[in-house]
Amino acid sequence: MDLSAINPVLLVASLIVAAVPFLLAAIGELVAEKSGMLNLGVEGMMITGAICGFAAAVQSGSPLTGFLAAAAGGAALSLLYAFLTLATLANQVASGLALTLFGLGLSSKLGRGYVGIKPPASATLDIPVLSDLPVVGRILFSHDVMVYFSFALVAAVWAFLKYTRAGLILRAVGENHDAAHALGYKVKLIRLMAIAFGGACAGLGGAYISLIRVPQWTEGMTAGAGWIALALVVFASWKPWRVLLGAWLFGGVTVLQLNLQAAGIAIPVEYLSISPYLITILVLVVMSADRSRAPASLGRIFHASQ
Amino acid sequence: MTGTDILLSLRGLTKAYPGVVANADVGFDIRRGEVHALLGENGAGKSTLVKMIYGLVKPDAGEMTLMGKPFAPAEPKAARAAGVAMVFQHFSLFDALNVAENIALGMADPPEMRDLAKRIREVSEAYGLPLDPFRTVGDLSAGERQRVEIVRCLLQDPKLLIMDEPTSVLTPQEVDILFATLRKLSAEGTSILYISHKLEEIRALCDGATILRLGKKVATCVPRETTAREMAELMVGTELHVPERAGKLPGKVKLELKGLSAAAPTQFGTALKEITLQVRAGEVLGLAGVAGNGQDELLAALSGEITSAPGMVVFEGREIGALGPNGRRRLGLLTGPEERLGHAAAPDMSLTENALLTGAEREGLVSNGFLKWGKARSFAEAIIERFDVRTPGPENAARSLSGGNLQKFVIGREVMQRPEVLVVNQPTWGVDAMAAAVIRQALLDLAEGGTAVIVISQDLDELMEVSDRFAALNEGRLSEVVPAKGLTVEAIGLMMGGAHGMEVAHV
Repeated sequence: MDLSAINPVLLVASLIVAAVPFLLAAIGELVAEKSGMLNLGVEGMMITGAICGFAAAVQSGSPLTGFLAAAAGGAALSLLYAFLTLATLANQVASGLALTLFGLGLSSKLGRGYVGIKPPASATLDIPVLSDLPVVGRILFSHDVMVYFSFALVAAVWAFLKYTRAGLILRAVGENHDAAHALGYKVKLIRLMAIAFGGACAGLGGAYISLIRVPQWTEGMTAGAGWIALALVVFASWKPWRVLLGAWLFGGVTVLQLNLQAAGIAIPVEYLSISPYLITILVLVVMSADRSRAPASLGRIFHASQ
Repeated sequence: MTGTDILLSLRGLTKAYPGVVANADVGFDIRRGEVHALLGENGAGKSTLVKMIYGLVKPDAGEMTLMGKPFAPAEPKAARAAGVAMVFQHFSLFDALNVAENIALGMADPPEMRDLAKRIREVSEAYGLPLDPFRTVGDLSAGERQRVEIVRCLLQDPKLLIMDEPTSVLTPQEVDILFATLRKLSAEGTSILYISHKLEEIRALCDGATILRLGKKVATCVPRETTAREMAELMVGTELHVPERAGKLPGKVKLELKGLSAAAPTQFGTALKEITLQVRAGEVLGLAGVAGNGQDELLAALSGEITSAPGMVVFEGREIGALGPNGRRRLGLLTGPEERLGHAAAPDMSLTENALLTGAEREGLVSNGFLKWGKARSFAEAIIERFDVRTPGPENAARSLSGGNLQKFVIGREVMQRPEVLVVNQPTWGVDAMAAAVIRQALLDLAEGGTAVIVISQDLDELMEVSDRFAALNEGRLSEVVPAKGLTVEAIGLMMGGAHGMEVAHV
């Protein structure tokens, strides 16, 4: 066993990268859930975004086009969920599960010609002085653009929900859709937009895996990341900054346990493999012991009776 | 009355839904500064009418004029912009948001949060309804939540304020505070459309009244010059039968609670604290209280849904605190909870199945674990016949019945099982006057036959009508039990907790 092989700076830098897919998918799902929509199709939207982004990036040669296509693909799939739950008033849980299964199938069909191809590389940040700083430069200033984008997104979602009128209306719809309707707010339109935002974010998260993390296309490559993102939202008590914390914690323990495995530590591999799930859940459960709770209309079907 | 005096005028308003005409050719005027009552039974079309005024529903025919100009709001926003504000029956508030956020949501163009908070303080104090803008609404009492709604309306400077059953959740003292505010508003020239079926309140507050029955306007009257009974008969359309009973001395003690305490079953529930009472054969004990003061929990503790230490609940000398619902039913302690759909009845199951659910034990509808469908069906049919439940037959789902009919069925189901002790919570909630009279009479007849009856209700008139003895629940505690005869409304209000520590209006 040789723990000195683990470089703490590299560890932190790579945990930040490892957390991005969860972070993107979870922050999108958070917005959808704040509006009262429990979309369990995150996994399906992520994998659809992964293949849409991969295909578009390969065809166009531009990672940016890939990410845009991924967001569009995830959002498009989420509209199917929106149609089922908002127009036909189907059960949200069943619709979300169906979306995951559908997305997994659709992505493997779309991805048939793309196995074994390498996508165009994404540029990483390289600011002359800052990126060359010891430790800080490696941790903070040498990532790809999507890492910074995901932070900005968390901050933007937080500020949107807390400080803007549109954010207040979105929270109100998720809290009590009947009252929001009675006050004259367009419950279904607001939810539709929240669902599409969630889908776009999940698509971006998926594309981050296929374009940057791995980077290649294999069937089912999101491997449950969507479910982790869903769990993060709940355990983070629907608070954006806690989602970031949870994603880092999960990413961090994942990277750490891989490093420990490589270092040959005397703990069975199985225990190391379950540790990210266990530790993340434990920490967030302890944190969610305060008074925060789910949006009151979460998962309830809205039917305008008037 | 001159033309310029009229604020809102309705002419020939008609709205039909598939299978039912909610409003047919309704028309009346509201003057400036007038408090106008809209009276009617459930389903008379009051809600549809105000929804048309507030822009939530479009009329099929007819026209409205506001201050002489045609008025046809396409959505609530337009109605609010024209000066119409509404306080809803079931508060349209968001529990997780604070007072200022809730108020901002009801405004077309809210100012910055800090300025808004300042204005909320000013307006709420000017009208004797003090409010802290930064408290979370979920933590407020019913009276304070209503203040939030009223202040939200007042901030828009309304010309017409619509109030839909505003006093159903208030104690008598809180009602006084509200009425003082409404009178001040009316004196300042704001018109108020006041929907209620509490006739004495309308007589105390309103200048004019329009009475609806089955979607049509049947009368207008001046409430101060009309008796409550006359108005009630106009609403119902026939002579009202007042429940009657023969005075009789109560028998031996049937049920006794000795210091019954129970923790709150849910986060927003109420804990029961040291409840002690006795109820005797042949008497009706009325328990009042504002919603959420332990009524549901007390019913659950009596039905056996919440168990307690054995000695806390004593039935005919037997300690049954630890016994579950079926054991208590077998002994003859039956209960009728408040929530019809989902608690008293399973919404998607047929009436026969629902009759089986509580009647299986005492009516012998089960043998060796198998259901006796024939017997269950005749039991359900017997309930339907005796309580005049309007339904095509016992095979219909509970959900398909109207509220009043289902209420008659679930109360009838317990009454028909010849209970030794019957406990009901809100037996006539949301039920029209005719059905309510039937249910009250059935409870009185039951007591006449030697059953001990406990009626938990928020309707004080109802309790005064049926009770021999009376007590009130306040935050999970029971007041002293006193004879119902000769109790004043003020005394009852104090038993219910007075104004709940709310500041009294200084207007």
